Amino acid sequence: MKIVVPVKRVIDANVKVRLKSDGSAVDSDNVKMSMNPFDEIAVEEAIRLKEAGVAGEIVAVSIGSDACQDVLRSALAMGADRALLIRTEAVLEPLAVAKLLREVVAREQPQLVICGKQSTDGDANQAGQMLAGLLGWPQATFASKLDIGADGATVTREIDGGLEIIAVTLPAVVTTDLRLNSPRYTTLPNIMKAKKKPLDVIALDEFGVDTRPRLTTLGLAEPAARSAGVRVADVAELLAKLKNEAKVI
Amino acid sequence: MTALIIAEHDNDSLKSATANTIAAARRLGVEIHVLVAGSACSAAAEQAARLRGVGKVLMADARHYEGGLAENLAALIVSRAQAYSHVLAPATTFGKNVLPRVAAQLDVGQVSDIVEVLAPDTFVRPIHAGNVLAKVRSDDPIKVITVRATAFEATGQEGTAPIETIAPGPDLGMSRLLARELTHSSRPELTEAKIVVSGGRGLQSGENFKLLEALADRLGAAIGASRAAVDSGFVPNDYQVGQTGKIVAPQLYIAVGISGAIQHLAGMKGSRVIVAINKDPEAPIFQVADYGLTADLFQAVPELISALGQ
Ligand SMILES: Cc1cc2nc3c(=O)[nH]c(=O)nc-3n(C[C@H](O)[C@H](O)[C@H](O)COP(=O)(O)OP(=O)(O)OC[C@H]3O[C@@H](n4cnc5c(N)ncnc54)[C@H](O)[C@@H]3O)c2cc1C
Ligand SMILES: Cc1cc2nc3c(=O)[nH]c(=O)nc-3n(C[C@H](O)[C@H](O)[C@H](O)COP(=O)(O)OP(=O)(O)OC[C@H]3O[C@@H](n4cnc5c(N)ncnc54)[C@H](O)[C@@H]3O)c2cc1C
Repeated sequence: MKIVVPVKRVIDANVKVRLKSDGSAVDSDNVKMSMNPFDEIAVEEAIRLKEAGVAGEIVAVSIGSDACQDVLRSALAMGADRALLIRTEAVLEPLAVAKLLREVVAREQPQLVICGKQSTDGDANQAGQMLAGLLGWPQATFASKLDIGADGATVTREIDGGLEIIAVTLPAVVTTDLRLNSPRYTTLPNIMKAKKKPLDVIALDEFGVDTRPRLTTLGLAEPAARSAGVRVADVAELLAKLKNEAKVI
Repeated sequence: MTALIIAEHDNDSLKSATANTIAAARRLGVEIHVLVAGSACSAAAEQAARLRGVGKVLMADARHYEGGLAENLAALIVSRAQAYSHVLAPATTFGKNVLPRVAAQLDVGQVSDIVEVLAPDTFVRPIHAGNVLAKVRSDDPIKVITVRATAFEATGQEGTAPIETIAPGPDLGMSRLLARELTHSSRPELTEAKIVVSGGRGLQSGENFKLLEALADRLGAAIGASRAAVDSGFVPNDYQVGQTGKIVAPQLYIAVGISGAIQHLAGMKGSRVIVAINKDPEAPIFQVADYGLTADLFQAVPELISALGQ
């Protein structure tokens, strides 16, 4: 069974994001970039399925500029077999990402696509569900446990009220939640090995896919900052403030 | 122009986020229809019909809608969507699961997690864990939108809309609900509570969360947690507050033994009053707290409980 894992390059989760001084865009100059944390979990899950003898080949795919080769190399160092960069300088919306991934699926014919549930920059939480919708495949989103059986997958999903267990037929799209696994660290020998693994680059135009934006960003703003309040000396003062000043209890 | 609201419900009752979503739809200045798709879901449909601003409720009743799984539900929505200018659902795990599938099948984009309606095509949505607010316009013929419930006050209850039964679509047979393990609690729901008491890694164990339970009981509060507390197994996943958990905006949020990582702040900084109890005076949570108490929680929380108990 072949698995396709889309991985996105995003501003590292530990960076406090700020706007450029003219407010035109997020300031990403000299900011640390990383693989979207949910996509690391997706790569890890694919590798575990391979180690368990369930999966054969793992193909990592990223859509973006040449700089995305670094996250693809990370995926290869973790244990993916091949990588594909769909090169574009444009910032794509999830629908465009899903349409490109549909073309990748048509070429690669995987039985499973494992996406992150959301990217930590766009926070859209859409691409996996959109891909499943375009393909007419079932979707198992926000997965915290994944079992592949002979005729389908059983997936535990994190939902607002607790957990839900569903069965889906294959092929399917799965999106990862935080507690699916803890991704492994890459080791130096594996980073060296990853340099020799195949990484193909295809220009976006070659796919002939309509990726025009559907949303226009009219402006970006930083939310009003909360001003730090006061320190209270003890529990008695805290309760007095909550009762008399804030009037919340 | 008419908006179609996808109701979230458990067949017997409507989830409250549906009423917040209708409140957002009312800002669009369009007529409002609500789709209740479920199995033996007439009680939920009747509740939807009572919500103010609703013009009509469409009810699709079939076994294969029982669990609200995405594949069958999206197909039903797509089959009706051409008649609508907007399709909205709450940005809960339910709405986030179904609606992008609908958008893709309609070949339109989705505007996720809106916090403000500026015009029928223009919305504000947070990105980058709430550190940036983007004002976006949708240029698609049908606007597919998920709504952050805490940003819109729920619509009232005095409506009397008619309920129209519509023919269900086919069972596509791609997915099946096997089981649900729901957390049962007598406390208010996390996203609706007026007061939330949240615990982090500082609690050290699930056993110690009993302290927070005692405090929550005194205050009539819901209990939340940081990711670290959930990952450590102290509490179930549905307690997680943050960028990738639940968004809460209560009157009072009490963070106990939580450092205040940006991903956590993304889920609670809309609260009216924030209290932080942390033994580290440098903890970032103090930068957003209205009232900060530098103290060992194992002393401060029992003191709070006994002071409130009197
Ligand atoms: C300054 C700024 C302005 C923006 N303006 C807009 C705007 O006007 N309109 C708009 O829609 N968005 C805008 N965005 C959001 C940005 O374009 C989003 O990244 C984009 O919409 C995709 O959404 P997402 O990454 O949140 O996708 P999600 O649906 O959250 O991604 C889920 C998963 O899909 C896969 N995936 C997503 N993208 C890729 C990729 N490139 N390569 C490989 N796999 C991928 C990954 O597995 C990922 O975990 C803006 C962002 C910034 C920072
Ligand atoms: C992709 C991604 C998504 C994430 N999503 C979320 C999310 O949705 N929600 C979320 O919360 N986190 C999220 N995180 C994790 C986040 O970055 C932090 O790691 C997490 O919030 C830390 O939890 P904490 O504050 O409980 O633990 P810590 O950071 O370890 O803080 C514990 C605090 O307890 C204090 N403490 C310890 N003992 C005591 C005591 N006896 N008395 C008083 N204080 C004490 C310490 O001083 C410290 O400040 C995410 C991370 C990533 C990368």
